[in-house]
Amino acid sequence: MPIMKRLALAASAAAIAASFSAANAQETLKIGTEGAYPPFNNLTADGKLVGFDVEIAEALCEEMKVECEFVTQDWDGIIPALQAGKFDAIVASMSITPERMEQVNFTDPYYVNSLVFIAPKDSDMDPSAVGNMVIGVQEGTIAAIFAEETYPDADLKAYPTQLEAWSDLDTGRVDAVLADFGVQYDWINSDDGACCEFKGDPVSSDDRIGIALRKDETELRDRFNTAIKAIRENGTYAEINKKYFPFDIYGE
Amino acid sequence: MSEMAAAPSTVEKPPAPPRGWTRERIFGTALVALWAVAGLGLLAFLVNAWNPELFQKYAPAYLSGLGVTLALVGISVTAGAVLSIPIAWMRMSKNKVLSAIGYGYVYFFRGTPLIAQAFLVYYGLGSFRDQLEAIGLWGFFREAWNCAIFAFTLNTAAYQAEILRGAIQSIGRGQWEGAAALGLSKFQTVRKIILPQALIVALRPYGNEIILMIKGSAIVAIITVYDLMGETRRAYSRTFDFQTYLWAALIYLAIVETLRHTIEWIERRLTKHLKR
Repeated sequence: MPIMKRLALAASAAAIAASFSAANAQETLKIGTEGAYPPFNNLTADGKLVGFDVEIAEALCEEMKVECEFVTQDWDGIIPALQAGKFDAIVASMSITPERMEQVNFTDPYYVNSLVFIAPKDSDMDPSAVGNMVIGVQEGTIAAIFAEETYPDADLKAYPTQLEAWSDLDTGRVDAVLADFGVQYDWINSDDGACCEFKGDPVSSDDRIGIALRKDETELRDRFNTAIKAIRENGTYAEINKKYFPFDIYGE
Repeated sequence: MSEMAAAPSTVEKPPAPPRGWTRERIFGTALVALWAVAGLGLLAFLVNAWNPELFQKYAPAYLSGLGVTLALVGISVTAGAVLSIPIAWMRMSKNKVLSAIGYGYVYFFRGTPLIAQAFLVYYGLGSFRDQLEAIGLWGFFREAWNCAIFAFTLNTAAYQAEILRGAIQSIGRGQWEGAAALGLSKFQTVRKIILPQALIVALRPYGNEIILMIKGSAIVAIITVYDLMGETRRAYSRTFDFQTYLWAALIYLAIVETLRHTIEWIERRLTKHLKR
């Protein structure tokens, strides 16, 4: 009996080991994203993650032949979470900035962004004369830092997510919201954002958006870069682009 | 009361137990040593990570955040104390409708998270802008600061009403009856007999409530009021340096310790006559 038991144990251990190695054969990458940044990455009512970032990430994973799993994480903790290994890459419309480069590695940009103001249609808000207006931004974004440096007299209100900044624009608590062109474009073209429109030209441009990786992951970065090039060339990128924006968001 | 609990004056002190190195003692000492090492490690980390540039850049922000936290808690705890009196009174009322209202109020505000209440007041009421404008209240609810004070006051009033009610009900019926026998009015009884005793009972729970509010107020940045925690998160999101959180923790700890000692001091003063 003991021998039989031992054999059974050995057999089950072998089975477990086999299933482990089967799982290893298909590499799994965890992708961190915010999930509150439509149309780039946001959660639908039934909890599904959708958006441009998400589809790009899925396309890249397919290109790299890896299994991808998404993790949502608040924006202000997203870089520490990457460093702590909660996920392996951030695909969340993150701008490549020198401050962030000290903490993480970036891939080549997968789109280019600019900062632009929106305000209610009946407002005569002028980006060149901000003065002491109340400006809404999302905390921890380049819009927040840009506004802080550029409009010292403005009353800056910083929100945990972009959605709350817009909601306060709608109620009139802020005079204008400064944020990425892509998100602002999507919002003013939605029912919620019907109140508002772009004011003036983008106040800053050529802000490149990349995928953030841990410092030591240079091999993964190269694979991502190759994959970005590949989906650019095989038309997958253009297809996804077309689904969300009528203009080319990649920017040469 | 305490007179009854008084022990006979001559009690033999039991002999001191032998103090050998029992297993519990070794375990306890090891545990304390571990904590001490962790504390020293933290201190060493802070000394090591000391960055004058960071300090210069963010110290003013921390200071203003601290001011916001203290003002927010100070104002809302005071306003909540005032509001808690009618609520406690309703809660104790024999009138079924009044007591149901009081109960419902306390039930709602103690049963839901403060963060949800703050969110509802700020963003929820914000979507009724037109109606609020019609009754002239939008001017008040437009400001995040007012919304924060409003939500925090309603919340702490519920807790304080329960503290007050518990303390009043802990005073024996005999006190009421004695006062009635002396011909004191109900108001006089409450003011001169019941409250002075009840507030001693309530002092510590009040202290706890203030401490809970100090820590609970750390969520207020979601409605754009940048308190100590909000400034900390902002500093962290710019620097990715963990010591920003450590500093915040130390400041909160200092506030709570100060409060704790103050409350203890007040209690020592107030209960002098009960000591023997």
